[in-house]
Amino acid sequence: MAFKIIEGCVNCWACEPLCPSQAIALAASHFLIDARKCTECEGEFAEPQCASICPVEGVILDGLGVPVNPPGSLTGIPPERLAAAMAEIQAR
Amino acid sequence: MELKVQSPGGCASSGCGSSGDRLAYLPEAIRAKVNNHPCFSEDAHHHYARMHVAVAPACNIQCHYCNRKYDCSNESRPGVVSELLTPDQAVKKVLAVAANIPQMTVLGIAGPGDPLANPERTLETFRQLSEKAPDIKLCVSTNGLALPSVVEELCKHNIEHVTITINCVDPDVGAKIYPWIFWNNRRIKGRRAAEILIEQQQKGLEMLVARGVLVKVNSVLIPGVNEEHLKEVSRVVKAKGAFLHNVMPLIAEAEHGTFYGLMGQRGPTSEELQTLQDACAGDMAMMRHCRQCRADAVGMLGEDRGHEFTLDKIEQMDIDYAAAMTRRAEVHATIEANRAAQRQHSGETFVSLASLKRGLPRKPEPRPVLMAVATTGGGVINQHFGHAREFLVYEASSQDVRFIGARKVDLYCSGGDSCGEAETKLQKTIRALAGCEVVLCAKIGYEPWGQLEAAGIAPNGEHAMEPIEEAIAAVYRELEESGRLEPSVAEPRRLSA
Ligand code: SF4
Ligand code: SF4
Ligand code: SF4
Repeated sequence: MAFKIIEGCVNCWACEPLCPSQAIALAASHFLIDARKCTECEGEFAEPQCASICPVEGVILDGLGVPVNPPGSLTGIPPERLAAAMAEIQAR
Repeated sequence: MELKVQSPGGCASSGCGSSGDRLAYLPEAIRAKVNNHPCFSEDAHHHYARMHVAVAPACNIQCHYCNRKYDCSNESRPGVVSELLTPDQAVKKVLAVAANIPQMTVLGIAGPGDPLANPERTLETFRQLSEKAPDIKLCVSTNGLALPSVVEELCKHNIEHVTITINCVDPDVGAKIYPWIFWNNRRIKGRRAAEILIEQQQKGLEMLVARGVLVKVNSVLIPGVNEEHLKEVSRVVKAKGAFLHNVMPLIAEAEHGTFYGLMGQRGPTSEELQTLQDACAGDMAMMRHCRQCRADAVGMLGEDRGHEFTLDKIEQMDIDYAAAMTRRAEVHATIEANRAAQRQHSGETFVSLASLKRGLPRKPEPRPVLMAVATTGGGVINQHFGHAREFLVYEASSQDVRFIGARKVDLYCSGGDSCGEAETKLQKTIRALAGCEVVLCAKIGYEPWGQLEAAGIAPNGEHAMEPIEEAIAAVYRELEESGRLEPSVAEPRRLSA
C-alpha cells in the first residue's frame, strides 16, 4: 500500500525531505509519490510524514484512496461552520 | 549648530538623517553593527543594499495569512514566487551581485519557506559565504519554531542578525493566527500548536540575545486579532533584548488564496498601522521603513535588479572576489563620507527651524504635518509621482523632521499590470497617502495634480533632487509663514491638561 499526491499539490517542498523512504520527488506537474518506494512510514514514524506536514487539504490520499486531510481539517473550521466563521472574521 | 530641540523620545533629528538617534539607547557596539544595515538603519537604507536568496523552500507551520503556493508571507508580499536556488547556486549569485553592486552589504535568507525548517540548505549557504565573502553581513528570518534547535549552529557561522516573526505571546490569540504546526514528526493543531510555537520563539529569542546576536522582531498587524496585543508583544520582546520591533500590515486579498483572504479578514488602514507603530514606538525602537521586500530581490531597498542576475547570466560571469572586495571597500568609504556630509547639512536646517520658533515665542506651537516623498534612494527627492510605487512619509513639526514609515501604493495588488487602469491606481495612491498634506516628488503630471489637490494633498515638485529632510523643512516653513499651521481647536486643551 502506498500514499498518493494528487492534483492540488502547490509544490511547497515540505513533504519531500521528510520522507524516510525517499519516495517523494518533484515531477512535471507537481510532487509525486513513488508507490513502489512508499512504506506509509511503517516502522519509522507513528504518523505518515508527508500527510502530517502537507498544508493543502485533500491532496494526499492514503492507501485506500481516502484524503488524509479532509476539508476543514487543516483550517480548523469544519465545512458546516464555515459561513459562521466567515461572518465572524468579516466583523473584525 | 548644537541647538536641535530634543523630542521626548530622545530623537534629536530626523529619523532618516541620522540612524544613530533612534538607536541612541543601544550600546556603541550594537549601533556600529546596525549602522550599515539597510534593513535596520533608517539612514543606511538610502545608501546600501541588501539581497535575499531563496534557498529554503519548506515550512513547518501554517499562518492564516499565507498561501504556501507562494513565498513566505512573513517576508514577501503575497503572490510572489522566487526562483529556488541550491546553496551552491545561491553562493555564486551572491558573489556576482556583490562584485557588481558594491553597495550590497547584507545577504539574507528569508525563504521562500522557513529557512530554519530547511537548516541544511540555509547553513550550507552561510558556511560558504562567511568563508568566501567575509565583508558581507549575514542574516536570517524565521517563524521561530525550529530556532532553539539551530542557535548553536547559526552562531558558528557568525550570523549577526536574526529576524523572528512574533505575532503573539498569548496562545489564545495565536490560535486565531496559526491553525497548526509540524512538531516532533506530528501535526499539532489549535491552541496547543500556538503554545508550542510561542514557547520556541521566546526561547530562541533568549538564546540569541544571550549569545550576543542581534534580534529583530517582526509582527503582522491583524485587525480584530492582535492589534491591542501587539503592544504587549512589544513590551515582552524588548524586555528580552530584541533591538528592533517592526510592525507590518496584514495583506489579505482573496486573489492570493490565503485563509484570511478567502474568509474576508481585512487588513489595517494606514492610520491604524501608524497608530499602533506610534504606540509601540514609545516602548522601543521601531523600524518603520521596512518595505517587505521580495525574498530574491537584488538592489537598493524598494528597487529590484534581480533580472540582471539570473542563473544563466551568472554562469557566464567570472568573479575575482578578492579584487571586488577592494573595490567594495573604496565605495563604502565614499558612501560614509557622503553620509557624514549630509548629516552635517541637515543639522544646519534644524537650527534654522528652531531659531524660527524662537523668533515667535508667543505663538502656540504650530501643528505637525505629514508629508509624503517619492524617492528611489540616495536620500533625495528624485522620483516622478507616477512612477512611485511607495512613498516615504515624514512628520514635520517646529522641532524636527521625523521619518514615520513607508507606504506602498500597490499594497493591495500583486503589482504591474494587474493593478487595473490608471485612474484606479491614482485612487489607490491617494488612499495610501491618507493623512498626508503634501507630497514631494521630482515631477508630476497635470491630471494627478488636480486629483491630489481635490483630496486635500498638495503636490510639490519644486524640490526635485534636494535632500529629503531639508526640502520638507522648507515646505513646512512656507506653510507656517502662510499661516496654515494654526493649531487645531483640540490642541490647546491637550497642552493645558
Ligand atoms: S507515507 Fe511516509 S513513506 Fe510514504 S511517501 Fe509519505 S512520507 Fe514517504
Ligand atoms: S506538502 Fe503537500 S502541497 Fe507541499 S509539496 Fe508535498 S504534497 Fe505538495
Ligand atoms: S512561516 Fe512564512 S511560509 Fe510558513 S506559513 Fe507562515 S508565512 Fe507561510
